[in-house]
Amino acid sequence: MVVNCEEVWREISNYLDGDIEPGLRAAMEEHFRGCKHCAAVLDGTRNVVQLYGDERMFEVPLGYSQRLQRRLDESMPRSRRGFLGWMVAAAAAVLVAGRFEVARSSVSSHPELRSEHAQPGAGVPPDMLVLVSTDGKTFHVPGCPFIHDKAHIQTIAAREALRAGYAPCVRCMKQYLNAG
Amino acid sequence: MREEVMSLEDPAGQFNEELLIRRIRDGEHDLFYELIRPYERRVYSAAFAILRNEADAEDAAQEAVLKAFKHIRQFRAEARFSTWLIQITVNEARMRKRKEHAHMIEPIVDHQDAEGNYTPRDFADWREIPSETLERKEVRQMLAEALASLGEKYREVFVLRDMQHLTIEETARALRISTASVKTRLLRARLMLRDILAPGLGGSWSSKLSFAKGTKPW
Repeated sequence: MVVNCEEVWREISNYLDGDIEPGLRAAMEEHFRGCKHCAAVLDGTRNVVQLYGDERMFEVPLGYSQRLQRRLDESMPRSRRGFLGWMVAAAAAVLVAGRFEVARSSVSSHPELRSEHAQPGAGVPPDMLVLVSTDGKTFHVPGCPFIHDKAHIQTIAAREALRAGYAPCVRCMKQYLNAG
Repeated sequence: MREEVMSLEDPAGQFNEELLIRRIRDGEHDLFYELIRPYERRVYSAAFAILRNEADAEDAAQEAVLKAFKHIRQFRAEARFSTWLIQITVNEARMRKRKEHAHMIEPIVDHQDAEGNYTPRDFADWREIPSETLERKEVRQMLAEALASLGEKYREVFVLRDMQHLTIEETARALRISTASVKTRLLRARLMLRDILAPGLGGSWSSKLSFAKGTKPW
């Protein structure tokens, strides 16, 4: 199968989502090897999804969380939790965020599998974009309900996830677990 | 099988949404904030994608969270709580937009026919990007401006799918459009954003910020 540039542009989004037939995927990979323009479009489109998929893109106005908590507090007149309770929750959030930052900086130094129980997987398309959370052990497709630490998700290419020691999720990436 | 998966991804002590929802329904209302805390920024982001105004987005986000609390008994466990919460937010934001922002003019970037093919306008080489780049406020600002410049129908799909990480089907349900439309709009949104950002962000990240200086690719 041979594909031209227009066909590649039409399917590039599905290609990154791992949502195309193996034959078309192989044809597109062959095209990218020979077409500088389409390779540039692929790189750029992948970068767009990765950048916007990062939690740091969710900027909120200063004090948003506190105002939301206050509004909720006001709507729950019988609440006995009060300010101290929210402070405990906020402290927990800071701890989680701190753990995330520490783990983020050490991803590349752990090439072995992050879970001794996980299977390494086989045949995962290296360009496919997947979701990971820094404290998690596995990578997922968008929408998988088994993503650990949902507040700190990143989008990366499957090849990077594998390099960082993440394994395919046994639920959403099932087809890649016994492919080898 | 479910237990095995949960043991990998949901270790002891891990936040348990189902249990929290049950306890809230049973009267422990104070736990509701713990339930929505992982999603509070996403709720704001979904509202902002539609309203494009900080104050309006925050109002809509607060209202959506309150509605989720009031209607928590209507949440059905077969859906993801986050998807349900985002659906409520999208409805709230759209309702506000209809009521209060009917006079707003939509951006003009979506000039190509939705049914036609999208042709990339720029082939700037934009290879690997360091994740640390997002630490730079001007880069985040550029990305936010590029996103804001998309037409609403593209922006909504892109935000729900690529930023909120909903599935294609969940995105379609939240926006009440077909999965085929989600895919078409997502493709366009991704390519349009690449067209806008690649000339400025491709190559050297330290100096080539031409988009920020007003040099747009169209």
